[in-house]
Amino acid sequence: MTPDSSLTGFLTEEELKEGPGIPSAARRGKGPVAVIECLEDIPCNPCESSCKAGAIVVGEDITQLPHLDGDKCIACNTCVHNCPGQAIFMVDESLPGGRATVMMPYEYRPLPAEGDGVIALDRAGQVLGDATVIKIRQTRRMDRTATITIEVPKKWSMRARAIRLKT
Amino acid sequence: MLRYEMICVGAGPAGLAAAIEAAKNGVQVVVFDENDRPGGQLFKQIHKFFGSREHRAKERGFNIGQAFLDQARETGVEVTLNAVVLGIYENGAMNVMIGDQVKQVRAQKIVVATGAAENMVPFPGWTLPGVIGAGAAQTMANIHGIRPGNKILMVGSGNVGIIVGYQMLQAGSRVAAIIDAAPKIGGYAVHAAKVARAGVPFLMSHTIKQAHGKECVTGATVIQVDSSWQPVAGTEKEFEVDTICIAVGLNPTTQLLGMAGCKMTHVPTLGGRIPVHDLDQETTVKGIYVAGDVSGIEEASTAIIEGRIAGLAIAHRLGYMDDGTFRKEREKQSQSMKGLRSGSHGERRAKAKEYLNAIMPAAI
Repeated sequence: MTPDSSLTGFLTEEELKEGPGIPSAARRGKGPVAVIECLEDIPCNPCESSCKAGAIVVGEDITQLPHLDGDKCIACNTCVHNCPGQAIFMVDESLPGGRATVMMPYEYRPLPAEGDGVIALDRAGQVLGDATVIKIRQTRRMDRTATITIEVPKKWSMRARAIRLKT
Repeated sequence: MLRYEMICVGAGPAGLAAAIEAAKNGVQVVVFDENDRPGGQLFKQIHKFFGSREHRAKERGFNIGQAFLDQARETGVEVTLNAVVLGIYENGAMNVMIGDQVKQVRAQKIVVATGAAENMVPFPGWTLPGVIGAGAAQTMANIHGIRPGNKILMVGSGNVGIIVGYQMLQAGSRVAAIIDAAPKIGGYAVHAAKVARAGVPFLMSHTIKQAHGKECVTGATVIQVDSSWQPVAGTEKEFEVDTICIAVGLNPTTQLLGMAGCKMTHVPTLGGRIPVHDLDQETTVKGIYVAGDVSGIEEASTAIIEGRIAGLAIAHRLGYMDDGTFRKEREKQSQSMKGLRSGSHGERRAKAKEYLNAIMPAAI
């Protein structure tokens, strides 16, 4: 049995499967959508308050887990940089040719450049393989949490959650 | 002797919140802090905070600190730095060393918001240069812009250990591992996930056996512990690191309170010996209030609310606020606190605080 996240620090796909913040494969195939990897009852709700579309609900008790309504998500990306836990990603599995994109929050410097080749890592920091940076966003509002969007093979869309720069 | 309506010891989040809340309502307040900068630990906190909007969630600690300083100025709070409070005596008398002068001051109400100090864990080699507290690592990296080491072993998987581990990665260090004698990761899962996906391994049920090096740290041996915390021979692992960062909890800085005669009780969940206090944050010595880590180790957000409650109670007690307004305002803060002291991490702290409040009548 794979050890759980209380020992390793990273969520397993098994743990995530039932998560209320994970959109269905069907929804992911339609276009970019938030993937909320938050399974602990900590008192926190900026995801909810930053979602203009009403797609994320935490509720009155702010230790409730964020629930995502994938159909309401308009992929505005606001939650990705607003989540203090950096636990929200934006996944798009609608690309042709078995490709997908993953947007992730990023607080290391220097930032890579758009077009750069980077190494995609999974939740355990293990190397998945090469990926390409297709978009970088960093505005004042994001308060130094940049977002980086990488293009990867579709089979990595729910696994690639970090990058390593090629030096 | 200088006289004040309220003296606050410590210009961290709790002390500033108390001072601002009281001053806003008309109380004449001075804050003493032994450091040369105000803000306590807030300016080291470069990560975004949890909570909801009323707790300033998703804002970074140092920005919250700056907002506090601005507010203190606007409300007329006097902040005296390099001011070490040497003792609290009867009837609100206090000796404070400002620069090289000891002054006698007196206040009608005192808020002790002295925070906490880091625990240490002794092991062979622990006095070598390169063995540092996580707080020191944070000060070096986040205040002074100095990377404490190139390759770091983090001892302790609570929020401090994990957050500082992440900040060391941001500073350009490598983190060889985060170890903890406890069987499970102590900090928030999302913090742990952040460092795990950067490739930092967690070693639970592991403690540090020894630091290596002659002049400074060149490595460390860690060893597995069994369910009764005993080292298991033959499970040693070697790490080549130049820095060992210790993040094994905090201990409330209660000496001033002890000296003033405040009753203490031992509450492990809150970090050790804690001053017994009521819902207004008042201790068993009338007129002495506590807020923040000194009244039980929690977080900056909870420290701020405790500070506000103490400030409100003092404004009320000094006659600057009527009963109705006070009850309404305090209720608002209690509700906000309830949110932060819920969930599996917060509930234990809520229970421990309830216990502290409950034994108050018997302790007076």
